[in-house]
Amino acid sequence: MRKLKEFIIEKLILICGLASIFFVVLIFLFLLKEGLAVFKTVSPLKFLFGKSWYPISEPAQLGILPLILGSLLVTLGAAIISIPIGVGCAIYIAEIAPLKIKEILKAGIELLAAIPSVVLGFIGMVTLVPLVKNIFHLPTGLTALSGSIMLAFMAMPTIVSIAEDALYSVPKTYKEGALALGATHWQAIWRVMLPAASSGILAAVMLGIGRVIGETMAVMMITGNAAVIPKSILVPVRTLTATIAAEMGEAVVGSEHYFALFAIGIVLFVISFAINVSADLFLHKRQQ
Amino acid sequence: MVKFKIHDLNIWFGSIHALKQVNMEIQSNEILSIIGPANSGKTTFLRTLNRLNDLNTNFKMTGAVEIEGEDIRGINIEVLRRKIGMVFALPLPLPLSIFENVSYGLRMHGERKKKKLEEKVEEALQQAYLWEEVKNRLEESAFKLSGGQQQRLCIARTLAVGPEVILFDEPCSGLDPISTAKVEEAMVKLKQKYTIVLVTNNVKQAARVGDRTAFFLNGELIELDRTDKIFTAPFDKRTDGYIRGKFG
Repeated sequence: MRKLKEFIIEKLILICGLASIFFVVLIFLFLLKEGLAVFKTVSPLKFLFGKSWYPISEPAQLGILPLILGSLLVTLGAAIISIPIGVGCAIYIAEIAPLKIKEILKAGIELLAAIPSVVLGFIGMVTLVPLVKNIFHLPTGLTALSGSIMLAFMAMPTIVSIAEDALYSVPKTYKEGALALGATHWQAIWRVMLPAASSGILAAVMLGIGRVIGETMAVMMITGNAAVIPKSILVPVRTLTATIAAEMGEAVVGSEHYFALFAIGIVLFVISFAINVSADLFLHKRQQ
Repeated sequence: MVKFKIHDLNIWFGSIHALKQVNMEIQSNEILSIIGPANSGKTTFLRTLNRLNDLNTNFKMTGAVEIEGEDIRGINIEVLRRKIGMVFALPLPLPLSIFENVSYGLRMHGERKKKKLEEKVEEALQQAYLWEEVKNRLEESAFKLSGGQQQRLCIARTLAVGPEVILFDEPCSGLDPISTAKVEEAMVKLKQKYTIVLVTNNVKQAARVGDRTAFFLNGELIELDRTDKIFTAPFDKRTDGYIRGKFG
């Protein structure tokens, strides 16, 4: 009887385990089936590097280069803002902050992670966007820069908590060894702790960026959604994610446009998969 | 000459009273061995000398430690730690080459001239009795060295900064007997130039290398005397019991 119970439980758990993989594979297959259909009308090269995205003109022009560049620009901007601040914050929490401040900061970071992206987008729209417009004297504040700043806030909790973890797990003896040689606290952090935690910090950055590139709602609200190749960070851009979200509702099922949106999904999938895999590699390197 | 003078030293970690009313002097150019069972406060004592205990947030200290008449709390902490080097229980080479490991501390303190670095590295490796074994492969990773060689590398790294005192915290606990013998040999020769404080779990090691030996128990200094005296005719019954392996 007990044996039977064990057997059933084991099998049930096995099914749960397999289910997640099964669904991922199904989603991927569906994405491929719908997305690849677009290449019957456009060549993959033209799709990826075409300079104009006019999906409903006649004939439709389906080049997603402006969207890819839009995504990259916003992500790059977010990375430049969030990495120094995030890593700095992690160093402060892990190494410098007194216990009480540490607790408060950690709670604050968790709170930041809990804010829904649509709320962040909304706040950005009413506060950040006019600010950017006034500072740079632009016709509109709905720019890549606004998106980058808002996304930096979203990447920060991921970067801080994982980087802090990495710093925390550096053996105490490393730091003591450096201090015993007469290093100052900062020298010990900069020359010993950070290099020792570097792979974990890289993973933190990767996961933070992964979050940014997949973000949809906030960027759609504050980047202006103009599908043109951006010439500076102060112009409206449109990202891959925002394109799918904005246009899926109006695309006719089975049309070229519809398939193209799925193909954008594949591109996004590949990008975030690559980011996650490299983050994973860094984490594994750290554990060895 | 008296190097360290310790009076009425008490140390607490939170509510734990780790060292109780310790009074002693440490002479220049001697090897002072510190023995005692686990949790007797011997490592805490060692880490008091270079103020490494200060990292602990609930650390509290009363009494005073003086180095050449100067209170250690009055000295800039980085200067103090440069003066008082420390070698840890496990060899801790950095993931760098042998040369870079030894020159690490020097570079950190701002030495940039290659010539000077090379001189100092050779000198430090000579003193740690490692030079002959590594002189032809200074660019190799430090991880390729054996455990004993790594520990001597760490000694060289400490020496390169130019200390006056070297603290050894169970330096041979992870080493085989031959490597241990080499580290001990290095220690005995080093005392001509440096003052050495050696914390060890190995009573025989204390007997082999120590000029004087201190016995700690439950945070108290029970006895401090010439090593031969401690090992042949100890004053206190508890010392005798520990040396004979009756407890600890």
